[in-house]
Amino acid sequence: MDNLDAAFSALADPTRRAILARLAKGEATVMQLAQPFKMTQPAISQHLKVLEDAGLIVRRVEGTKRPRRLAKAGIEAMDQWLAMLRKALEKNYDRLDEVLASMEQHQKKRQKNGEIR
Amino acid sequence: MSKLTLKTEGDTHVVITRRFAAPPEAVYRAHTDPKLIQKWLLGPEGWTMPVCINEAKPGGKFRYEWANAKGASFHITGEFLELVPYSRIVHVERMYLPDPTPDNHVETRFDADGTGTLMTIRMTLPDTQTRAAMLATGMEGGMEASYVRLEGML
Repeated sequence: MDNLDAAFSALADPTRRAILARLAKGEATVMQLAQPFKMTQPAISQHLKVLEDAGLIVRRVEGTKRPRRLAKAGIEAMDQWLAMLRKALEKNYDRLDEVLASMEQHQKKRQKNGEIR
Repeated sequence: MSKLTLKTEGDTHVVITRRFAAPPEAVYRAHTDPKLIQKWLLGPEGWTMPVCINEAKPGGKFRYEWANAKGASFHITGEFLELVPYSRIVHVERMYLPDPTPDNHVETRFDADGTGTLMTIRMTLPDTQTRAAMLATGMEGGMEASYVRLEGML
């Protein structure tokens, strides 16, 4: 995918990831997208341009409105991003498994020492 | 196969489950003792938690700060609403990015499961938009926001 670098740099911004997450729920106008972010429409339009240039979203013409939706590449990019987050979460719990195992060993040792005394 | 499940539920919830080999008491302690938390609640490789304050009592506060070698950092703060040793923790939290995100209400249950534990985390966000933003923002380092499943959002 030629656009991979552009896609990842587009995803580096939390607002843009949030826009993609919103679009994952369905098509939305610029005004609808701007509303939850407390951002001006021009600011949102700038983010939309980055996402569009990266091939992650597409626009449709409907009268004076230009509703955006996720492009196929946008869905794939989100998937990869989410897989990465999921991996981070799994990593936490894999580490916790190790912490729990060492707690148990520590406990056994204390019990053993207790018996000796 | 992964032991982790995570999915969205209704419009505002995120539910995560994970099984552990250790009993509920140990898993609960690993969630409330700062020295233990600092060993595992770190997210991707390269992040540490230099600040971990955890007053595990009703009304008690907590504050976790993460940092990486590149100088990036962020933190979350929260308050405990309810603690039932060693089975249930209810708290609210928010992340600073740097502005605080809307409060995330989190119930964590530790249920005995054979000789181990089934942990269930149920998060409640104020609305669907906040949930989508939280899932999408994720965490560059820590954990709470990294609970995601696109299928649930579509």
